[in-house]
Amino acid sequence: MTEEIIIAGFGGQGVLSMGKILAYSGMMQNKEVSWFPSYGPEMRGGTANVTVIISDERISSPILNKFDTAIILNQQSMDKFENSVKKGGVLIYDPNGIVRHPERKDINIYTIDAADEAARLGLAKVFNMLVLGAFLKLKPLIEPEYMRKGLEKSLPLRHHNSIPENEKAIERGKEIVKEIHLAN
Amino acid sequence: MKDIRLMKGNEAIAEGVIRAGCDGYFGYPITPQSEVLEYLMANKTKERTGMIVLQAESEIASIHMVYGGAAAGKRVMTSSSSPGISLMQEGISFMAGTELPCLLLNVVRGGPGLGTIQPSQSDYFQTVKGGGHGDYKMIVLAPASVQEMYDFAKLGFELAFKHRIQVMVLSDGAIGQMMEKVELDEQVPRWTDAEIKIKSPWATTGKTPDRERNIITSLDLNPVKQEIININLQKKFKHIQDTEVRFERIQCDDAEYLFVAYGSSARICQKAVLLGRERGIKVGLLRPITLFPFPTIELAKLAKQVKGMLSVEMSAGQMVEDVRLAVNGVVPVEHYGRLGGIMPAPDEVLNILEKNFIKEKSYEPHTN
Repeated sequence: MTEEIIIAGFGGQGVLSMGKILAYSGMMQNKEVSWFPSYGPEMRGGTANVTVIISDERISSPILNKFDTAIILNQQSMDKFENSVKKGGVLIYDPNGIVRHPERKDINIYTIDAADEAARLGLAKVFNMLVLGAFLKLKPLIEPEYMRKGLEKSLPLRHHNSIPENEKAIERGKEIVKEIHLAN
Repeated sequence: MKDIRLMKGNEAIAEGVIRAGCDGYFGYPITPQSEVLEYLMANKTKERTGMIVLQAESEIASIHMVYGGAAAGKRVMTSSSSPGISLMQEGISFMAGTELPCLLLNVVRGGPGLGTIQPSQSDYFQTVKGGGHGDYKMIVLAPASVQEMYDFAKLGFELAFKHRIQVMVLSDGAIGQMMEKVELDEQVPRWTDAEIKIKSPWATTGKTPDRERNIITSLDLNPVKQEIININLQKKFKHIQDTEVRFERIQCDDAEYLFVAYGSSARICQKAVLLGRERGIKVGLLRPITLFPFPTIELAKLAKQVKGMLSVEMSAGQMVEDVRLAVNGVVPVEHYGRLGGIMPAPDEVLNILEKNFIKEKSYEPHTN
């Protein structure tokens, strides 16, 4: 099993930390993992992305241009990464702020209203965990006990009291992810 | 229980030098390697092992602090990225002239000039062919994973003191910034003053009545003596070429075509090997781990087996010259590289290999 994932959105949406939690959890479950962030001018200009790979085997390239799953959280990232999803792969996006929706018919497309849900819960911080929940519903690679260990490892001690609400958000994300069927 | 962590390459080498018993780090921040200094500072090394970590006023000051620490027999190091390493060349040449051991790290970014902060491999010539003046070489280690960033800290110090030579870890922005699993090992104790006197009798540890003064200088105005100094240096480099070559063979046994790549390019080519095998192409990868000494003999052997080699580097073609010297015209050797901080994709390098060596070269009309 090898899962190659791109997570892309605005800086501040928790893109890099979502990737880090996923990678840490995978590592705790004894998988091989890699996490490669954008650290250049695009990050400073507002958009951020990270490539996460989780595998049972030694990981070859941490740098990729085709992905099994793309998690897309803004329009610029949609424009950049829609065509980078492998045929038959998965694209998950939050429609909030998206003006041009994905059009590919050879991939599986899902939406998660994470921004709306986070606002409804009054917990803007759990936005990225809702999105992570959507991913885990579609790709149940990591078992909940290892997700917890991943959260414990990647969050600083002073934030450990927020782990239960993060876990709840992951579960909520699993519930509200929706498949989109594009008309032929 | 094993100590396993998820770390950035830059953090891994910082933890590596602490655990390797490093005595002092002197450096100046620059992207994409600033995490080295940040990690060392945050880890309170003075309390942990007694290791000194100092942010100097410049790269030039840093390398000369390393010179001073090394002259005293200490395990010392600095790190920087391309423009900063250029500033250090004078100090590196002086350390070559005085045979002082040290560990250097270059987390390469695109150049020339200030260039970009994105990953690149365009400092191969500077590192492997001697960026400073004079006939000298450094041992150059090229990590291709975060684990190797960690491992090469200890290995680097071992080689540096074994041969009284400067060891450069030639990394790049991708290896420095990415996170992977790292397995950490036990703390190596720092050497005591008594141990330093035994391990490095040449060091300037203070004259005692039982020996002559140790003088560390690269200046000898007598050309006869200076030639002898140089001949002895060359003997050392030859000995290193004969004994310290390191490389990794990936799917080379039945390979008909070969990628040659180091560092993050090697990771990209590793994936290209998998994709190539799926397409039915018998392709392998030779990954040099030491760039000096270069795996010349291994490449010469492989040249008798394969039909062509593609050297992949994030440069305009630097290592490819050493590949061609090794292959000596036996098979065609081509170069593929991206410049200015762009990283090639695995299918991109595989397509280039196919186009160069496998597909019939047919006339394609120019359409645009």
